Amino acid sequence: MNPDFLPTARPISRLIQEFNKLPGIGPKTAQRLAYHLLQAPPERSRDLADAVLGIKENLKLCTVCLNITDTDPCGLCADETRDVTKVCVVEEPIDILPLERTRKFRGLYHVLHGVISPSDGIKPEDLRIRELLERLSRTGITEVILATNPNVEGEATSMYIQRLISPLGIRVTRLARGLPFGGDLEYADDVTLSRALEGRQEM
Amino acid sequence: MTSRVYQTAGIIIKRHKFGEADRLLTLFTADFGKVRAIAKGAMRPGSKLGGNVELLTHSQMMLARGRNLDIVTQAQAIDIFLPIRDSLELMSCGFYLSELVDTFTEENVEDREMFDLFLNTLRELAEAGEGERILRYFELRLLNHLGYRPQLGKCANCSRLLLPEVNYFSPAQGGVLCHECGYPDMGARTISVNALKILRFWLRSDFATASRVKLSTELTREIKSLMREHIRYILEKQLKSIEWMDTLADGGHLNGDKAADQL
Repeated sequence: MNPDFLPTARPISRLIQEFNKLPGIGPKTAQRLAYHLLQAPPERSRDLADAVLGIKENLKLCTVCLNITDTDPCGLCADETRDVTKVCVVEEPIDILPLERTRKFRGLYHVLHGVISPSDGIKPEDLRIRELLERLSRTGITEVILATNPNVEGEATSMYIQRLISPLGIRVTRLARGLPFGGDLEYADDVTLSRALEGRQEM
Repeated sequence: MTSRVYQTAGIIIKRHKFGEADRLLTLFTADFGKVRAIAKGAMRPGSKLGGNVELLTHSQMMLARGRNLDIVTQAQAIDIFLPIRDSLELMSCGFYLSELVDTFTEENVEDREMFDLFLNTLRELAEAGEGERILRYFELRLLNHLGYRPQLGKCANCSRLLLPEVNYFSPAQGGVLCHECGYPDMGARTISVNALKILRFWLRSDFATASRVKLSTELTREIKSLMREHIRYILEKQLKSIEWMDTLADGGHLNGDKAADQL
């Protein structure tokens, strides 16, 4: 439904339209959010507006890992308890969150800001690979963990980076490919199953 | 009234993010030609579609006709071409092949011959472990099939029989020119006797026969640049995946000159 035709005041329909542009928010949710804000105290709107503007005004890229941050170096890079000999390479800043949630990794990160995609014309030069190589040459990193997404572009990017790093004598690993927890063998695809068999482990 | 649900085998030639976890696929199917369809939730881990609708997978699919785009309801991979996926070089060939097929075909035009050619090429690529010769053969067969077959027997301008000497190749004239016609033509380039012989041989051979040819490095390079020029003339653009193939062929290093400019 086009919000233009809704019998609502212009400021409300404008807000609805803006919410509607966000991922995962359809017309109904947008309406609900807009009317919720209408009834909430004015501070709520002001805080929201501030927060929305804040991500555009105060954020920059960490000069070490290229994660999005408001301090430089970012909180992760500045944390002295972390293992500076390991760096985990991810495609996007958002990929750091799930990895951190596991609490299994105590090293640092490097954000590529994209992935090699020949069909979209995205080349290695468009990513932050050069920064990674520079970082490896001047710091004592001994292991690079490639954590790109397990799809063709992610694999291509990982294989390419592996090729660049291996002459440096640094250990290169990548995340295991296998069956998702809570999944079902019957529905596993052939690539995943092949990889899971290849990477099977002693129990 | 056609049925709302249909089944076909297809190869995924393009896919884009669509919404949060859906993928918009471009399939080249055996029975319906090029089709665009949505694979819902394909990007979630544990999705039943997931790896079965990954790029360059040959899958048996069930689709439901939608108002705009069809929806993939089930998919089961038939061949995943694992050797292609395991190699950076072969995968770059795969990206190129899928872009070629996508660029040269129209949606919803059934073309079984094209499907078979494409599928056989992927099988060959996975088996041979080397791309150059296979790509060139595919390009020639593709042009031939779509009505762009270069004229290789007689001069494309004066129709005189070509002599076994260095002749000229002109994308604009759609084929080989004899010495007299080709020499003054600024858009034409030379073509060696051997290159011409191989192209003629490939045009009348199937995959098995064509693969018996062993090419020298020089000849490989000549046929590659010749075909590339021809295809660029027809499409009036350079395919995007070519650059990536070239980067890898050059040794796979970051472009030093460009990087120096940036610093």
